[in-house]
This record gives sequence, C-alpha cells and structure tokens, in this order.
Amino acid sequence: MPQTWQPKPPTPSPSYSTGWLGWARKNLFSSPGNALLTLLSLAVLLATLPPMLRWGLWDATWLGDSRKICDSAAQDGSAGACWVFIKVRLEVFLYGFYPEAQRWRVNFTLALLGLAALPILAPTLLRGTLRQALFALAAALLMLFTFGVPGAVFTACYLLAPLALPPLLGQRPFLELFAGRLAGAITGILLTGLAALLLYLAAGQAGGGGAAGPIAVAGAVLAVFLLFIGRLTAGAWRWILLFTVYPLVGFFLLVGNVFGLPLVESHFWGGLFLTLVVAGTGMATALPIGILLALGRRSTLPVIKTLCVFFIEFVRGVPLVSVLFMASVMFPLFLPENVTFDKLLRALIGIAFFYAAYMAEVIRGGLQAIPKGQFEAAMALGWPYWKMMALIIMPQTLRLVIPGLANNVLSLLKDTTLVAVIGLLDLLGVAKASMADPEWLGFTKEAYIFAALVFWVFCFAISRYSVYLEKTYHTSQHYN
Amino acid sequence: MAKRPPDKQTSWKSSRLNDPRIRGWLAQAAVLAILIAAIVYGIYNVSHNLTKAGITTGFAFLSHPAGFDISQTLIPYSSRNTYADAFVIGLLNTLLVSLLGIISATVLGFFLGVIRLSPNWIVAKMAETYTEVIRNIPLLLQVLFWYLAILSPLPGPRAALHVGGAFFLCNRGLQIPRPIFGENFAATPLALFAAIVLAVVISRWAKRRQLKTGRPFPSLTCGLALIVAMPLIALTATGFPLHWEIPALSGFNFKGGITVLPELIALWLSLTLYTATFIGEYVRSGILAVDKGQREAAYALGHRPWMTYRLIIIPQAMRVVTPPLISQYLTLVKNSSLAVVIGYPDLIHVFAGTALNQSGQAVEIISITMAVYLFISLIISLIMNWYNKHYALRGQ
Repeated sequence: MPQTWQPKPPTPSPSYSTGWLGWARKNLFSSPGNALLTLLSLAVLLATLPPMLRWGLWDATWLGDSRKICDSAAQDGSAGACWVFIKVRLEVFLYGFYPEAQRWRVNFTLALLGLAALPILAPTLLRGTLRQALFALAAALLMLFTFGVPGAVFTACYLLAPLALPPLLGQRPFLELFAGRLAGAITGILLTGLAALLLYLAAGQAGGGGAAGPIAVAGAVLAVFLLFIGRLTAGAWRWILLFTVYPLVGFFLLVGNVFGLPLVESHFWGGLFLTLVVAGTGMATALPIGILLALGRRSTLPVIKTLCVFFIEFVRGVPLVSVLFMASVMFPLFLPENVTFDKLLRALIGIAFFYAAYMAEVIRGGLQAIPKGQFEAAMALGWPYWKMMALIIMPQTLRLVIPGLANNVLSLLKDTTLVAVIGLLDLLGVAKASMADPEWLGFTKEAYIFAALVFWVFCFAISRYSVYLEKTYHTSQHYN
Repeated sequence: MAKRPPDKQTSWKSSRLNDPRIRGWLAQAAVLAILIAAIVYGIYNVSHNLTKAGITTGFAFLSHPAGFDISQTLIPYSSRNTYADAFVIGLLNTLLVSLLGIISATVLGFFLGVIRLSPNWIVAKMAETYTEVIRNIPLLLQVLFWYLAILSPLPGPRAALHVGGAFFLCNRGLQIPRPIFGENFAATPLALFAAIVLAVVISRWAKRRQLKTGRPFPSLTCGLALIVAMPLIALTATGFPLHWEIPALSGFNFKGGITVLPELIALWLSLTLYTATFIGEYVRSGILAVDKGQREAAYALGHRPWMTYRLIIIPQAMRVVTPPLISQYLTLVKNSSLAVVIGYPDLIHVFAGTALNQSGQAVEIISITMAVYLFISLIISLIMNWYNKHYALRGQ
C-alpha cells in the first residue's frame, strides 16, 4: 500500500519568542548591553516618577477653597501640591481681570470662533449642505441656552449665510445682470456706497456710534464680494466672513463702548483669553502678510524684491524680545505727540510682522516646489497675476507647506508668552501675578505646572491636527 | 497663404497702462514714495518728540558714565564705567550663556536623537516622551519655572546643598572653586595646544597612509592619549602650579570661589533642555535620511557596526543635520534674550533695559542691540553658506 506523505503539524514557536515575553526579549533584552540599558532606565523611572505622581496626584490637596486646608495638609507631613490654589484663581487664569459681569462677552466671542472655524478646520466631518445646515441649527440651539436669543439668532445667521449666499446669488456674478462693463461697474460702486451708507446710519441709530465706521467698511467689503466677484462657494464665503464680520464682532464685543456694552480697556484683559487673542490675531494677520512678502521676494520688480528681502532677513536676524521692546519703547516716538497706541495693539503689530517674515520663508519654500508649468499654463491662458496666484499657485503652495506653517503656528503660540516682557498679563503673566498674592505665597510650582499643562494641551493638539491635515491633503504623496 | 489683415480689436496701442512693465514701474514708484514719506514723517516725529523731551540724539551718550552696577561681569566693571563698557559686559554675558547652551544642547540633543532610534523600546519611548513634553511648553515658562519654582526656594547659604565640600548650591546660586594659576602654569595650555596640533597632523598622515596602502592606524586613540598625557606631563614637570580656592561660608554668604548666578543656571538649563529636543529631532531625521542600502552595503563589505556608523552613516547624516543645527544655534542665541525676564544681565537686560531707561536714547540703543543680533546672524549664515558650498549633498 503506497504510503501518503503526512506533513507533521508545525511545531509552535518557542514560548520565549511569542507573546509579551517574546516582545520583551526582542525589544528590551536583545543583548547584554540592552538589558543593562533597560534596567538602568527602569531605575531612573522608579526614582523619578513615584515622587512626582505622589506630589502631583495622591498627596495633593484637591478639595476646599482656602489656603488653610493646604497648610494643614502640609503640617500633617503630606507635602503634596495644592491644587486648591489653581481652583480658587481659575477665573483669573482664564480671563485675567476682565470684569466678572462682562465675561459672557469673552465666552461668546470664543464660542463663535469655534463654531465658525469648525466647518473650515474639519471639512470631512461636515460634508454636504444638509449636515452643515444641521450643524448651524445645533450651534444656534447651544447658543440659545448659553447666551439667550440675540446670540442664537446671530450665530444662526452667521453660520447659515455661507450656505444661503451661493444659491441666492445664482451662478453668475450679480453685475452681469447689467449690460456692459462700465455700466455694471458704476452700478456696483453706487450700490456698494449705498450699502455702506445705510449700514453707517443704521449702526449710528442703534447706538453703535464708534462702531458705525468700521461696520460700514466691512459692509462695503462684503458688498464688493457680493457684487463684483460672485460665483463663490460656501467654503469661500466662510473665509470671507471670518476675515470681515468676525473680527468686527469680536473687537466690538470684547472692547465694548458701543451698543450699550460697557468699555473694557485692554489692560483688564488677561489670562488664557489674552493668550488666545494674541495667538489668534497673530496667526490671522501674519499669514496674509507672509504670503505677500513671499510673493514680493519672488517678484521680478527689483524695488519690491529688495524691500521684501531686507525686511525678511532683518526680522529673522533679531529676537522677538527686541522687536517687542521696539514696539513698546521706540515705536511711540515715531508717532505724532497726541497719537497714542494701545499697548496690546503695539504688541500685536510687532508679533504680526515678526511672524510674517517666518511665514514668508516657509511659503517661499513651497512656491519654489511648484512646477514651472503651473505658472506657464496659467499665463498662457491669459490669467492676470493675482488671479493666477490666488486660484492656482497659492492653493497648491499652502497645501505643500502645511508642516512648516504648523511649526510656525506652534512657535507663535509659545511665543505669545513674551508679551509678558512688556507688561501684558497673558496666562504666564497672570500666573506670575497670582504668585505675588500675599494670601497665596509659595505656590509657584503649582501655577507654572498648570500653565505648562494648558500650553502643552494646545500645542500638542495643533501638532496632531497638522498631521491630520497632511494626511487629508496627501501632501507627501503628491510631490515626493 | 495670404497675409491676414491686422485685427482691429486687438490694436497693440490700446493703452500704455496695460503694459505690465509700465505697471510694474508705477507700482514700485508708488511703494517707494509711500515708504519714503512714512520714513520722513517718522523721523520728523522722532526729532520733534526728542527735542520736547530734552534728549540729544546721537551716540555721544556711549562715553558717559553708566552709573549702575551689573551682577555678573566677565571683565572688570564698576558703575563709574561708561555706557559702552556696559554694552560690552552685556554682550559678553549673552555670548557666555549662548556658548554654554550651544555646547550642552548639542551633546544632549545628539544623545536624544540617537537613543530615540535605539532598538530598546523603553529607552526610545522615554526619549520620545521627553521630546514631546518639553518642546510643547513655552521656553519662557521653562525659564521662569527653573528660576522661580526650583532655584529661588532653595535653602540659604547656611543650609546650602553641597558636594564634597567644594561645590555649594543655594538660593544665591552655585559656588564653585576658583582655579589659581601659579608660576609656569602657561606650559600646560601650551602643551595641550601642541597635543591637539600633533593629533590633527597624525590623523591626516594616517588617513593619507590608509588611502595609499590600506593599512589602518589607530589615530583616534593615539590622538586622545596625546591630548590627555601631554598637559599632564607639563603639569607634573612644572610642579603642579595650580591651586583651588574653595568657597567657604563666612557670615551670611560665601567667600572665595566663583559664584554662578541662579539666573545664569536657570537660563542655561532651560535653553539646553528646550533646544536639545529640536536638535534631537534633526539628528534622528538625519540618521533616518541615510538610505538603508548604505548600511546593508557596509555590512556586506564586512564593516563592523561601529565602523559602519563612523565611516558610512555619520558622515552622510551630518550633511543633512548640519544646516538646521546651525540655524538652531542662531535661534538659541536669539532665545537667550529671554534673560531679561529673570534679570540675567545679558545684552537686552543691561543695554536695552537698564541703559535705555536711564539715558532715554531709545532709538540709538534699540538700533545698536538689533545690529548686534543681525551681525551674529550674518556670521552664522556665512558659516552656513560656506558649509553648503563645501559639504552639501551633491548629485541630488
């Protein structure tokens, strides 16, 4: 009888090479030197981690609302952290010295920013008009419960406008309704002026005396987009609103002195709120200026190019501290006697131009990576310079330089702490001021660790978000 | 084919304003005009404001007595010295902390970058955690943390922490022994210098011989032995003309020795720990950038792992690492200006802070300060250009 060949069942891998044991052998004890290294690091971890955890978590005082609790805990021999200090001063850490009754204005501004930015930041999450409309309604409902009817109505209008405008305006720019370019242009200018005038008068009537001018300007800008450019997507409208309506609302809501809101001067601003204001306006202003500088540096016009090169190289060669000093000490000398600038505004201008130079270098790197054919094709089609840059070159460039931009945003966020140098009370400044409170002396570590934690969470979130963006736009697959 | 008649609608002389060259020149002229107008207006305002405040412009103030003391002076200085002297003191202090920071951050950064690539999981994870934690916390916060939360609450001089009775750490800073050089001490540094020169000569000769004959020579060991032995021999031959002045407690403070200011320690420590995370990332990406095939080819030719690293990986990785490393050094120099927050007497604190407040010469002082930083960054970018020309990756 012929014997059929029976394969033996495979012997299982030796137990020491599978499972956690195998993993440990491979990754921790692969050689005598490695084993020594592992033991050494374990010793370091054992020596450092338990005392830190004991101080920060187990022996720490969490409950209560006065210093006595922490002091009595310290006398019992358990010398842990006193998080009560943070709990008591939390409002100051978040808002600085913004008047308590007015803090809803800060909350509303930041909440509106979050809601307005979410569809831009997470386009995949809110794909499709229906989802976006539902999101707008949910956001309005949320605002209704936290800020009341006016807030909800405004949020709903703000979030629904980008969805409603494209279908309302149709597929053609409004002005094509009028025959001829000149007639259309004249009508457009007249309509823009009329809109601005109406807004100016309406704002004046409603008690927004100081805000009437800016409102009219923002209205005119919007009218230009509505009348002359047209054919914009919902996404484009979101950006336009974010750079016209939102800053206006944010500014007058936070500063006040219009529409019956009491004035809150900038030296009352502080804490995390001020940090976010500086970082947010810094980013929003530095990026456009940076784009212009990068384009200027690549321009063929010698004067513009030289000026941009000088500016960028000058700014990149000096520390931010010296720029802030310049903004606070030297800049006022260049102004006429009776003109005074707010200290915060001066710091913001300094930071915006400082980071614009860094943004410009990142964007220039991206511009150099765009294939020449893209420029040539656009020019062959007869596109004017700005249209080519805005619609063909910049979208590709910005996509390419996401990691570089994210790095700049991160260092900008970290560098907002430097405004403490010229006496503004950001999160770090407030922490320092809180330590000087005679009632709470000696809790330096707690204050700094809390501030560090807040910064760390923000920075880590931004760096993860940049990784997500890179993946979404497949940056590395396109040009590598 | 018949010649086409010229198209009436596209007549070339439509308008000169449509010529891009003319448009370009017009735009540039406009920008230049606005800029010049702004500068003239600014200068007018400055001179007006300064005459009202009774401040004479110009650099004459540099030779006036400064009238303030500085807590750390690398060269002799007193409040009778001039503003120019104060400027030099501040500049030296900036350079001191930058140099210390560059050396220690480089060492720590290379260490971090290498162990992040270690096959040992726990070591690599520890390095990664360290990097992710430290580089996401603002440097200023770290400076303040070390200064206010760690160094300031240290015990006073009477209860100072000490190592071997020679090094003392207290809230006034770190006390270290001061070397006192006797007669003939100059022979030792001379011997060291000669040893270094000799080591370089030997390594060049060894390299040439190896290229010619293939016979290796232990030039590294040889050079190190020379550098250690020759100064020691010189020291012994001259009869140890070196003594240490040990700091000792007298009254409420230490006498003798050198005091390292707590401000310097805090700034140096935080600059090191923070910059090292960035250097570590560059080193890691530099090593990863070397193609896998290079290592495999080296092993296939029979190189040992250490020789592979020394001869194949590191030289190629260094070409990738060096440019960002140098710009990180520049960032460190600029970041040292955070000294102003904790009162370390650097250029910004002494000159753009105290001197500016006393003299009121804002424009001159800020300009000088910025010019110094610009000069440093110019030197560093010259070094970078030189490096790129000679060592940058070719053929890519």
